[in-house]
Amino acid sequence: MAKPKVATASLAGCFGCHMTVLDIDDRILKLIELVDFDKSPIDDIKHFTGRCAVGLIEGGCCNEENVHTLQDFRKHCDVLISVGDCATMGGIPAMRNGIPLEECYAEAYLVGPSVHNPSGRIPNDPELPLLLDKVYPCQEVVKMDYHIPGCPPSADTIWETLVALLSNKTVDLPYELIKYD
Amino acid sequence: MSETVTLTIDGAEIQAKPGQMILVAAEEAGIYIPRLCHYKGLKPHGSCRLCTVTVNGKPMASCTQPVAPGMVVETKTEALNQFRRQILEMLFAEGNHYCMFCEKSGNCELQAQGYRYGMTAPRYPFQYPMRDIDASHPDIFLDHNRCILCARCVRTSKDLDGKNVFQFVNRGKHKRVAVDSRARLAGTNANVTDQALGACPVGALMKKRVGYAVPVGQRLYDHKPIGSEIEAKASR
Amino acid sequence: MNPNLETDIRQICKEFGNDRGRMMDIVIAVQKKHGCVNDDAMDLIAKTVATHRVEVESTVSFYAFLSTRPRGTIVIRLCHDIIDKMHGSDAVAAALAREVGVPFGQTTSDGKITLEYAPCLGLCDQAPAALVNDVPVTNLSTDKARWMVQELRKHHDPNQLVTEFGDGNNAHELIRSMVYNNIRKRGEVVFAEMKPGEALQKALSMSPAEVIREIKASRLRGRGGAGFPTGMKWEFTRGAPGDNRYVMCNADEGEPGTFKDRVILTECPDLMFEGMTIAGYAIGGNTGILYLRGEYAYLRSYLEHVLADRRKKGLLGKSVCGAKHCFDFDIRIQMGAGAYVCGEETALISSCEGTRGDPKNRPPYPAQKGYLDCPSVVNNVETLCCAARIMEKGAAWFAQMGTTDSPGTKLLSVSGDCKRPGVYEVPFGIPVREVLAMVGAEDAMAIQIGGASGQMVGPKDYDRPISYEGLATGGSLMVFGPKRNVLEAAHMFMDFFVEESCGYCTPCRVGNVLLKDRLEKILNGQGEPGDLDYLQELGQTVKVLSRCGLGQTSSNPVLTTLKNFRNVYEGLVKVNQDKFQSSFDIKAALTPARKIIGRESVIYT
Repeated sequence: MAKPKVATASLAGCFGCHMTVLDIDDRILKLIELVDFDKSPIDDIKHFTGRCAVGLIEGGCCNEENVHTLQDFRKHCDVLISVGDCATMGGIPAMRNGIPLEECYAEAYLVGPSVHNPSGRIPNDPELPLLLDKVYPCQEVVKMDYHIPGCPPSADTIWETLVALLSNKTVDLPYELIKYD
Repeated sequence: MSETVTLTIDGAEIQAKPGQMILVAAEEAGIYIPRLCHYKGLKPHGSCRLCTVTVNGKPMASCTQPVAPGMVVETKTEALNQFRRQILEMLFAEGNHYCMFCEKSGNCELQAQGYRYGMTAPRYPFQYPMRDIDASHPDIFLDHNRCILCARCVRTSKDLDGKNVFQFVNRGKHKRVAVDSRARLAGTNANVTDQALGACPVGALMKKRVGYAVPVGQRLYDHKPIGSEIEAKASR
Repeated sequence: MNPNLETDIRQICKEFGNDRGRMMDIVIAVQKKHGCVNDDAMDLIAKTVATHRVEVESTVSFYAFLSTRPRGTIVIRLCHDIIDKMHGSDAVAAALAREVGVPFGQTTSDGKITLEYAPCLGLCDQAPAALVNDVPVTNLSTDKARWMVQELRKHHDPNQLVTEFGDGNNAHELIRSMVYNNIRKRGEVVFAEMKPGEALQKALSMSPAEVIREIKASRLRGRGGAGFPTGMKWEFTRGAPGDNRYVMCNADEGEPGTFKDRVILTECPDLMFEGMTIAGYAIGGNTGILYLRGEYAYLRSYLEHVLADRRKKGLLGKSVCGAKHCFDFDIRIQMGAGAYVCGEETALISSCEGTRGDPKNRPPYPAQKGYLDCPSVVNNVETLCCAARIMEKGAAWFAQMGTTDSPGTKLLSVSGDCKRPGVYEVPFGIPVREVLAMVGAEDAMAIQIGGASGQMVGPKDYDRPISYEGLATGGSLMVFGPKRNVLEAAHMFMDFFVEESCGYCTPCRVGNVLLKDRLEKILNGQGEPGDLDYLQELGQTVKVLSRCGLGQTSSNPVLTTLKNFRNVYEGLVKVNQDKFQSSFDIKAALTPARKIIGRESVIYT
């Protein structure tokens, strides 16, 4: 029987949640016995090769590309999980919410203390995704099935969640595994 | 007063002092009713509504409802737990609660209540309000992003510190804590030794330069839910 | 600093005994004189009455009519409720903004005119309406709005906008208002003839206990909406220990669509003051306070005049109706300043004490510890009128009207899509259908009964009686014709509650914002079937967990439309197969970036 497939993506995040997936240490060997990885920065597969059982999303949506990726995951994954505070509540990137976008662009490209931009223009390459008006947590863009808070969530939290889902059990995390920091 | 009031809380018969609030009577009997705006030594406030229980089937805030003979109080029904989760989710959605870098994290009562109720993400959309930080005072800062409007600082400053540093201004969703000076916190007589600082349940009113003093794993609510110390009394 | 400010503030504070408990009067007076209560003023007031500046700011910032920043010498407040909207207030608003030259919420650069929205002004039967400073301007059209601004630019005198007086006492020299009473049906209790002093004489010939017994025998219940038995309230207040006892009359008529108290205050204040005096005698109090909403400030001089007249006649003051009764009683008027929540009895007390209009925790109830911690009775304007009439004509006479559980008559304020809007005094128990026929609204698709905090019901409920046990109302009945959208009305009511919540407790402060947002989402066509469950659950939570009557009824617009007009919701929501959030609008989310960067999205074309 084919193993269920897992896909992962890092949207507006710091990759810390992905690092934590690796932090499950030797259990990663067990994980590989349980699942195959599809689209993911872990194996560098860029496009979905088929339907996935589980999609893990790190980061919220700060630009159009994030939205597109997230919607692509929603199309291809049976169960979609927000991993980490950025995915569940926007996290540090969401600190720009409430600041007018114009000021954000200006700070990044024109007036910030570390900016060197003799052109005085905001770059306009189609390769640079347009920013959204604010940073959205994943559940405000597509329906998410589970949320794992934490910055990052502990390796145990991610492990327990995955194992429960893959063995068709309800995800019921013990007290010490739900943390928001 | 020597007389006592007998009432039932969660099926157990409890003796309470006349005039005592249900929340306090329950606490003395080792039953923890979750709360945020209630604070020992202060008059009941009744604003967060987290301590809502049913009294003879009717929902009431247990911090402002005095005991009465024969009362039947339920504190942990599934319906009540659902209500409490919603209150917590409202508070998380209302403010800007960035636990990942908050100095109060691990010792924060709002966060701890979220943990106690197993909240992973609020069902409500985040409001991301624009709020201010008052860092004008040399030793204290007031971060409105984290404020849950429980009035613990307002009341502690007035009733325990004998000052009047804080009070609410505006109303509804614009309601916020203001300070007794137009020159912000620095212009008030607030002092780093004021009890008001310790009264803040979240990271809104804090001492400067002492953030993250306790390592992760040793903080108040890292291992045991808030209220465990009260519940431990019952099992002893 | 304005050099006169200090002198004026000293003077004003002195006038109110340098009593911080009279903070409302102080800040209202300061604002009247100086246009706002600015930083300097707050500092000075705090110093003069020995309180903290932040306490002054707390009060000033709570009330919509008070401001810490300068506003125009003329403030135009356009009524912004569903009924005014139905009668074209949006067009009037646009005309005002164009003519004045600033959008709503702003002041002209010359500091002359400010435009603001106000929640229900109590003029729904002559909507659209506005207040120009204290002066009500009714039946606005776009032409009238433009004319009004042009006139104001000429003479800066709102009073000169009144070219014709309304009916009855509206033409009284102390009122001089264009407002109409529109009394369409007179009953025997409130709108009958009265001789000042007659009911009071009768009451004073009895013992206070007998008066209370008579009120109890009449089974009179509070007319504000909650329906608490008045006699019991008086009895509790009389029985509570305390040196002083207070009678407070709740004329903070803020429930959208209600204006019957305005008509009582204009036409029969004697009956109301007589009721207050009788209540004072019954509970053993010497002081009455009429809490008059800021919107009705134009009635104040007239009411003061009526009070003075009653003092002259010996119906108020030392030894009311002669020394033999050993009864002193007087009444003062406490002005409100634009806060619906102050109609909640404990919030009203907070406001009278000079603080923010936050409701208080119960227990203790006002009957035990009310105004200044003294036993206090808070009654609605209409309730006190009924009480006076009961003393005059007897409990049995009163109790035979209406129904067993709802004796007497009820004043209805009828507005919206009907031929004859106005005030109707009808016996309790009258079926909705009969009222609709009376007002000329046989084709009503829905009615909102009991104001924003009441219920939205449709034709299947039109045979139900209007009464405490049937469809309860504090007096508001808004009619919606066949072409109206009930959800739009519900949305405006939620907007009202978001604006008017005091913000004290979590469910009301946060929950109503969330309810309103989700309703908006559904109205925008982005709703899903699951949103109905979300609204139901959230609405229920706000209802059950909120601290005061405002909060506990604030989700009713959503809950009652969900119950009675579910089909309207169902027609708007769509099942979402792709599990994308239909409320997330990528085009809208990209609009600011597209404008700044100056190109279109390459992904979402």
